[in-house]
Amino acid sequence: MRRESLWAWALILPALVMLMAFTHWPAVATLWDSLYSTPRGSRPPVFVGGANFRDLLDDPVFLTVLINNAWYAAVTIPASVALSLLMALSVNTALPGRSLVRMAYFTPTILPMIAVANIWLFFFTPDYGLFDQILSVFGGGRHNWLGQMSTALPAMMAVAVWKEAGFFMIFYLAALQSMPPDLAEVGRLEGSSRWSFFWRVTWPLLMPTTLFVMVNAVINAFRLIDHVVVMTRGGPNNATNLLLYHIYETGFRFWDTAAAATMTVVLLVVLAVIAGLQFGLLGRRAHYR
Amino acid sequence: MSTRALEIVATWVLAILWVSPLVYAVWTAFHPSAYATHFSLLAPWTLANFAHAWEAAPFARYFLNTTLLVGVVLVAQFALCTPAAFAFARMTFRGRDTVFALVLLQLMVAPDVLLVANYRTMARLGVVDTIFSIALPYLGSAFGIFLLRQTFRQVPQELDDAARLEGSSLLGRLWRVYVPLARPTYLAYGLVAVSYHWNNFLWPLVITNSVTTRPLTVGLSVFASTDQGIDWSIITAATLMTSGPLLLAFLLFQRQFVASFMRAGIR
Amino acid sequence: MLHRRTLLATAAATLAAPAVVRAQTTRAISFYYPIAVGGPLTAIIDGYCRDFASESGIEVKPVYAGNYNETLVKAVTAIKGGEGPHLAVLLAAEIHAVQDMDILVSLEDLGADAKWVDGFYPAFMANSRKLGKTWSVPFQRSTAVDYYNKTLFTEAGLDPEHFPTTWDGMVEAGRKLLKSAGGNTTRWGFKLASDTGNAQWTFGALANQAGGILMNEAGTETFFTDPKVVEALTYWRGLAFDSKITPQGTTAWGTLPSDFLEGNTAIIQSTTGNLTNLRDKAGFPFGVAGLPGKAGVRTVVGGGNLYFMKHASEAERKASLAFARFLSTPERAADWCMKTGYIATRPEAWETAALTAYVAKFPAANVARGYLPVATGELSTFENQRVQVALTNQIQACLAGTKTPSEALADAQAEADRILKPFRRG
Repeated sequence: MRRESLWAWALILPALVMLMAFTHWPAVATLWDSLYSTPRGSRPPVFVGGANFRDLLDDPVFLTVLINNAWYAAVTIPASVALSLLMALSVNTALPGRSLVRMAYFTPTILPMIAVANIWLFFFTPDYGLFDQILSVFGGGRHNWLGQMSTALPAMMAVAVWKEAGFFMIFYLAALQSMPPDLAEVGRLEGSSRWSFFWRVTWPLLMPTTLFVMVNAVINAFRLIDHVVVMTRGGPNNATNLLLYHIYETGFRFWDTAAAATMTVVLLVVLAVIAGLQFGLLGRRAHYR
Repeated sequence: MSTRALEIVATWVLAILWVSPLVYAVWTAFHPSAYATHFSLLAPWTLANFAHAWEAAPFARYFLNTTLLVGVVLVAQFALCTPAAFAFARMTFRGRDTVFALVLLQLMVAPDVLLVANYRTMARLGVVDTIFSIALPYLGSAFGIFLLRQTFRQVPQELDDAARLEGSSLLGRLWRVYVPLARPTYLAYGLVAVSYHWNNFLWPLVITNSVTTRPLTVGLSVFASTDQGIDWSIITAATLMTSGPLLLAFLLFQRQFVASFMRAGIR
Repeated sequence: MLHRRTLLATAAATLAAPAVVRAQTTRAISFYYPIAVGGPLTAIIDGYCRDFASESGIEVKPVYAGNYNETLVKAVTAIKGGEGPHLAVLLAAEIHAVQDMDILVSLEDLGADAKWVDGFYPAFMANSRKLGKTWSVPFQRSTAVDYYNKTLFTEAGLDPEHFPTTWDGMVEAGRKLLKSAGGNTTRWGFKLASDTGNAQWTFGALANQAGGILMNEAGTETFFTDPKVVEALTYWRGLAFDSKITPQGTTAWGTLPSDFLEGNTAIIQSTTGNLTNLRDKAGFPFGVAGLPGKAGVRTVVGGGNLYFMKHASEAERKASLAFARFLSTPERAADWCMKTGYIATRPEAWETAALTAYVAKFPAANVARGYLPVATGELSTFENQRVQVALTNQIQACLAGTKTPSEALADAQAEADRILKPFRRG
């Protein structure tokens, strides 16, 4: 038994060391940094306790960013998960041109966000951008999609949903295809409607996938900011500024490492709370063993 | 029947919406820049955009960098996650559940979030601006460990016992029984990892300085953000050029891809 | 072989500093530079480095580090890590932030020839001096200019050879150029960038047009609430909300050239660095003009300077200086100007045969130079990026219609005061 224990630790250790070094340790270090001031020029960092957090509360930009990210998560997570499931369901049935449709859904997984963001930029360009061109056919007016504070964040959300749903679709599709076909057969014999069959049989069976996809959706709602970098840089007037972009800017553009660390701590807390909720609510229903 | 027709139409509309950036990229890359914003069937075709893009930035080098990066990440992740996953799946030891919970934490806290602290670690290690430093934070992967553990747990215990009776060592059994049976998982996980690191941007942006280390995504962004504004023809040409191989691989293997996901039990 | 290289290096050191020939010689320096305009710029820079190497025996290792901001970040982090460039092209406006980091060596301490330093256009030296010393020399410099579509001018009954020189003239021209259908504007009179990263540059020109300045020379104070500065933003807002010749909300820098090429707008305010690009693509005749001001033409300069790094050894410093001088020779400066659209930074360059011939063939290339005397330096303070963002946010709020110009600028000033407070002692 002791031998096996030793073996087990030996097998785990390499991976564990890497995880600790680049996830756990930096998380702790960030917490530590958030209690110190930013070193500037010849001034070394000093212990300031909770002062950085108090400053953060007084910072209107931070509050805006926090609210933006909350909206962004609240919209993109359910929208991309629901859409991806719909997409998977639709290509899981007999459909004219099914493989073409499936390929179309794969697009976001293949094209780098950084490149696609430039293309989306064209789609959103006022007057002669793709969307305005199409809308003008139907008599719609011009839209400064990324330039108006009311539409900029929704436009960024649309890009995110496009990216996410295409990726998650793959997981749902795999799950659907691995379901025993006789299940559907039974459903049909019972004469239950597709709707009730979905809710009674398919949806519960998809629970583990949903949990997995949700975890990814949550992380990406806070992690994926490539399109912000390319399309708006947080503007107009912080309307599209998201937490990680603000951290990046504060840390690597303003050189304010203490403020960046403090905001990272907030982000970590947010992620931890959501993770707790998720595993609490969904985890119990997902049949993971 | 009419609802069915409606469903089909809706599916197709969605599909067109999803593929539109790619269609636009193809259109724009192969036409003169004047047609980047006009869509006419009579537009002449050209390859000049590709030539311009190729000249304007060292994409061959970026391509090599990304390939190296993805290669390093993939090999290291497999090598590190396989034994760990096996231990979590099939061995009992004190603290197993606690350690596993610690590992799972990384599922939520992606290394990207901790870029300020990780940057400092890299600076201390003296590896800033190396391809190795881009890969380093991702080498231990909770996702990989989790996925492989799930797969290994489904391997029938009898197979393991049989190999043990034949005198196979622990590592021998892992290598000869578990790894071959988990091949679909490796493929599926590999594809996710490749797609993730091929497209990863923020961390490489922070940690690289030079042409010799910069991956494609950073190269593309540097190339796209000039004072002269956006030149969609060149950008789309560069995009297609750089995602071409991945695109092709997906087109060719999409059936196997989904199938491997199925068998991998990512669901 | 070795002998020959040593000889060459010694020769180079002699060239750089005739008086001080040291035992230590350097054969290589590291040079970071950004690319802000399209085209194969890396190849041009590589070519200069090769030419310099064959002339002096000093190898310059060019590192293309991204855009301006990325180059700054990369250079500073690398230097803090004990390595990094000996010479770097950084935004001219970053002088206060960079100098404050104590990583620069001044040209005076380098022993640079004062006559050479004074030979650059004064407008381009506006962001170079601090604490009585000179910290950078101009390299890739530009000014803001207006590009206008001559065909549309003629169509609207305007004289395509006479671009307005005043705000009133601009609004009037803009109104005539405006076209709408069904209540929607189909063609704008004038577009200028207000997106994040560019609004402060646009605004620097507008403030100058109203006769206002945005900051003090020490980079510790901003004057955003100055009535003239408020007037500038009022004018900008008026273009969007009163005369409606420009769109409301934020206008992106990145799409200005395509807006112009599309005929979506008749006039754009952009950089001289766009000239070559537009010349190659425009399917219509266009003109280049100075920016109309409240009373007359006024503009703002932009672009990057060469900064010399303190951590370099004596020999590396000399080599860096030699390379900077090499880049500023008339032929090289003229070549750079023609290939990129940047303005040659010294008057001699404009007298070279090559550039004279180029200007004769393409007069638009000469327009911006004429406005250098009425150009101002761009917003440049301590914590420059932060102050820029603070100002940009408020400009965007104003152009979105959520704040009046004076409210927006008062808020920007308050934020700038908060940021700059620690730098005001002494």
